[in-house]
Amino acid sequence: MLRRYWPLAAFIVLLLMLAAGLRLNPRELPSALIDKPAPDFRLTLLDAPDRAMSRDDMAGQVWVLNVWASWCVACRQEHPVLLDLARSGEVNLYGLNYKDERPTAQGWLERHGNPYRASLFDGDGRLGIDLGVYGVPETFVIDRQGRIRYKHVGPLTPEIVRERLLPAVRAL
Amino acid sequence: MKLRAATLAFCFALLAAGPYAHAQPATPTELPGDDPRFEQRFRELTEELRCVVCQNQSLADSNAPLASDLRREVREQMNRGLDDKQVVEYLVARYGEFVRYRPALNPLTAALWGGPFLLLVLGAAVLLVRLRRRAQQPEAALSAEEHALAQQLLAAGPADKAAGETREGGK
Repeated sequence: MLRRYWPLAAFIVLLLMLAAGLRLNPRELPSALIDKPAPDFRLTLLDAPDRAMSRDDMAGQVWVLNVWASWCVACRQEHPVLLDLARSGEVNLYGLNYKDERPTAQGWLERHGNPYRASLFDGDGRLGIDLGVYGVPETFVIDRQGRIRYKHVGPLTPEIVRERLLPAVRAL
Repeated sequence: MKLRAATLAFCFALLAAGPYAHAQPATPTELPGDDPRFEQRFRELTEELRCVVCQNQSLADSNAPLASDLRREVREQMNRGLDDKQVVEYLVARYGEFVRYRPALNPLTAALWGGPFLLLVLGAAVLLVRLRRRAQQPEAALSAEEHALAQQLLAAGPADKAAGETREGGK
């Protein structure tokens, strides 16, 4: 009689679903912006309050935007990875200094090293909202047409750079 | 005794402070406007939206800095004349369906909305089929052996029956 094993089978299915649910990370939201155009922006540079940069200045090149802040603990954790990435010369790495103070942020880069070609200064977090940023650090890969092609939430690790970020950049 | 009174007083103080703690805006810059209708709409709208940082709180309740920024943004969009639907869409475009406490019905969320009803119908169907099947089944006839046993029990006197029960119980 196979019938008597039905409840057991149902229980095992339920168990597998629960196990899968436990492995999901509820903090990792699917990005609504993948393959959509990056939001238009015009922000001043962290080092030069009189110089602005906009999305269209970056048109025609693949670039990586890393959202960081001096108050962000996880940013310290990923910083060596970013420095290595910048040293490799494989990507155009830009920073978005999110909800920070200029002097503190500049001091932080002086202390820990500056991996960015330039950092945009987003003091009130407007561009952060337009990018759907909900936890710093976040990293975006943007293609020649200005579309967001890859996004990583949380600190980058050498593995993620090797297996996800660099392949995403090379594919463009 | 003194300690107990002090504890009690402290508890009452906490209780009394409760409503004020809730009513306080998250940041001093977030003062409500003058128009009560606008404020009512703003409150209803932000209670429908999830804070993406502290995921089990609404935008209205959360003290996270991002929630405060998003409240400011919602307020500005409302001031710009956008209706509720447009404001929600503005946030969904950036943070995804996740920000809605009541996700929109689309192919992706169909299972979420329809699932419970589907399960209810399925369960009712299974129950109905089982009940019908049971009703249709004729009551099983007694075998000759069982029939004899029943006769014997019926024929036996009350005393014997009691004895039989103790025997059963002692088994």
